Parts: sequence; C-alpha cells; structure tokens
Amino acid sequence: MDEQLKSELRRQGVVATSLQELYNWGRKSSVWPLNFGLACCAIEMIAATMARYDLARFGAEVFRPSPRQADLMIVAGTVTKKMAPQVVRLYNQMPEPKYVISMGACAISGGPFKQGYNVLKGIDRYIPVDVYIPGCPPRPEALIDAFMMLQRKIDAQYLTGPGRPRHLDAETPSEFVVPEFGAHDLVPTSNSEVWSVPLVNISNAGKNEPGRD
Amino acid sequence: MNLEEIKSQIEANVPGCRLEIIPNGSPSGQHSLLVDVEHGFAVASFLRDGATPRFDFCSNVTGIDWPVKEVSNKTKVKKLVDGVEKEVDEVVKTQTGGYLEAVYHLYSVEQREGPVVLRMRTEDRAERNHVPSLTPLWRSAEFQEREAYDLFGILFDGHPDLRRLLMWEGFVDHPMRRDYVDPDDYEYEPTAHDEVLKRAQAHRPAQEGGL
Repeated sequence: MDEQLKSELRRQGVVATSLQELYNWGRKSSVWPLNFGLACCAIEMIAATMARYDLARFGAEVFRPSPRQADLMIVAGTVTKKMAPQVVRLYNQMPEPKYVISMGACAISGGPFKQGYNVLKGIDRYIPVDVYIPGCPPRPEALIDAFMMLQRKIDAQYLTGPGRPRHLDAETPSEFVVPEFGAHDLVPTSNSEVWSVPLVNISNAGKNEPGRD
Repeated sequence: MNLEEIKSQIEANVPGCRLEIIPNGSPSGQHSLLVDVEHGFAVASFLRDGATPRFDFCSNVTGIDWPVKEVSNKTKVKKLVDGVEKEVDEVVKTQTGGYLEAVYHLYSVEQREGPVVLRMRTEDRAERNHVPSLTPLWRSAEFQEREAYDLFGILFDGHPDLRRLLMWEGFVDHPMRRDYVDPDDYEYEPTAHDEVLKRAQAHRPAQEGGL
C-alpha cells in the first residue's frame, strides 16, 4: 500500500497496517536492556534511565538482571580482556532478536587504554554491534540518540527476503565464539565472522597526515 | 623526622641488617631506605612496633623493574703515549640494574609522620626474584603485593594468597616489565606514528601494493 493512501485513510479514521509494521512497532517499542555496566559509562547509562532523561519514554525502562529476558546489551564501559569472555557469554545467553549498543570510546576501540596490556580493543571483535556511541563518556542524550537510532533500525527491517534480520534466518548463527584465556592474549584474538582488520590508507601517516579510508 | 635518625634507630635494634639511603635528587627530596632482603621483615616489623614514631600504616606498595643497563663513564687518565705524557679518555663500562624492587610507603598515623620509603631488591629478574611479604605486618599490602607480583613478577615469600590480580591465571608475562612485548593487536590506528605506524604497515595486506 502506498504511503499517501495510508495517511489519507488514517485521516479518515481508518488504520491500515501490515504485519511487518506491527511486528517492528511492537519490538522497537519495548526493547529491554540487560542490566549491567562495566565502567564510568554505566553511570551515564543509569542517569539516562532516571527521571531527568527518562529512557522509559522510549519503552526501555525495564532493565533486566538476567540475559534470558533482555533484548539489548548496552556495553557501557571498558571491556578488559579478563571480562571479555563473560560479556560474550552473556550475549550468547540472550534470546533472539538481540541488539548491541557499544557505548563510549572504550567499548568501541579500547579508548584511552587502547595500547594497554589488559584492555580489549573494541567489543566488536567478538560480537556484532548495531550502534556505536562515541564519547568519554557519552552524555545521556547521546545514549538516547543511539537508542532512537536502534529503533529506526528495527523499524526498517524486513521480515522476509535476503536482508531479513538474523533471528528470522535459520542459517545465521546467534551464538558467537567465547574467547579463552591464553598464555599471552585471548584466544582467538578476534572473531573473523564479525570483525576483520579495517583497511586504512596509512601511507601518508608518517608525514603528519592522518590516514584515510 | 629524619631518615638518618630512623636508619640509626633500625641499625641499633636490628642486628646485622644492611641499610642504604638512596637519595632523591628532585625538589621533593624524598629519600628512600634500601633494606637487604634477609632482614627486610625484621626491619619492617621494628618500624611498625618498635620505632619512634611507630609506622602503623602502609599506604602504597609498588614494584620497579631495573633491567641490566650498561653505563659507560669517560674519565681522563694520564698515560705515556710515545714517550710523552698525555691525557687520554678512558671509557669504563659498568653494569647496573638487573633486579626488581619492591617499594613500600609507610606512614605513622599516630604521629602524623611519613612517608618512609622502604625498598627491597631481588637478586635478579628471572629466578631469584624473592622478597619477604610484609602483608603479615600491614594487611593493606595484600592486594598491592599481588599486583606487584602480577605486573612485575616479584615473588613475595609469606604472602597468604599470592595470585594474579589484574591478569588471569595462566597468563605467563609480567606486563609492567621493561622488556614486556605486548600482543600485536592494535593494528588499526587513525593517526599512526612511530612504533604504531610500523606495526600498522606490517598489517597492511600485501595485495595493496605496499606503501
């Protein structure tokens, strides 16, 4: 049905919708985040849920303490190598459909600790991330913005066809490799199914010019 | 409170101990006291119980890595060259370092005094890397000694629970040592430079035609 006819009908008091729209509307309006935080970003996440910023307006007021009841994992803070297996395991325990927001510089790339010995250089090395929020830490508004972006992403999903989301495609995996503690580093150091080394042109980097894609 | 006074107090009460004051040239002038490993525990327990003031609080424990370093000193020496006396530069090479240090900062809460900086040196960096644990004297040292063990590889004899703290069991390296080589896993850098640039270049796929 074309959009113009739909809005014309709506003005006349007739609501026409599709199953896909209804399904996506239902999912995007009650995304329940998993109740866990890793570092200072978690404080901003808590602030976003409190009365002043009130994430409840978007249907995400119920922070579940169990991964079995959560739809969204907000990776809020520094993921140390010691913590990384637990984060991946929690993600594996969440039922589909599930989403990940990578909150803050540390969760994206390791942030200020990128060259440290004990910090994972981005949670996207092990699990697929839907929305990244830069910042150190990001303000609650940024988290709300990311949350709305995730809602738009859910809203745009098709239920059928090759572009359908993971949970409607029996072929794609919903569990990911949990890294193990090795003698010098995590084993494996990244999951090649979800992450590969970004290609960056660094030929000019030594000449005081930033590398480009 | 003077470190010299404390040193003579210790020497009078702990027989056989070898102490050395390591000067600190910075404006703070916070000199430290090097204690030999054999008498480390006795000296520390005297500082806690017998000394005036009594050092009842250990605020900080850390480690220092001193890798083997060759220092060459040039000295002018008079020598006979072709029958004529001349001043010739002579290079004397000496080796320093090659040990790990455990450093304790002690305070007296009672007398508002401190800190006294206590150092203990291991014999070398590989096998004989033992120092006595001071956790039986100051409970606050427990986690910090574990941290020093984890990051520097100093073994604290007499520690009640010497496990790794920040890294996992099964991790073999000690990340804060000077010769630690970290795993090559930060190949992507938006503004790579120096060492990081070299690594990033090494990670560049070959099919891109080099640099």
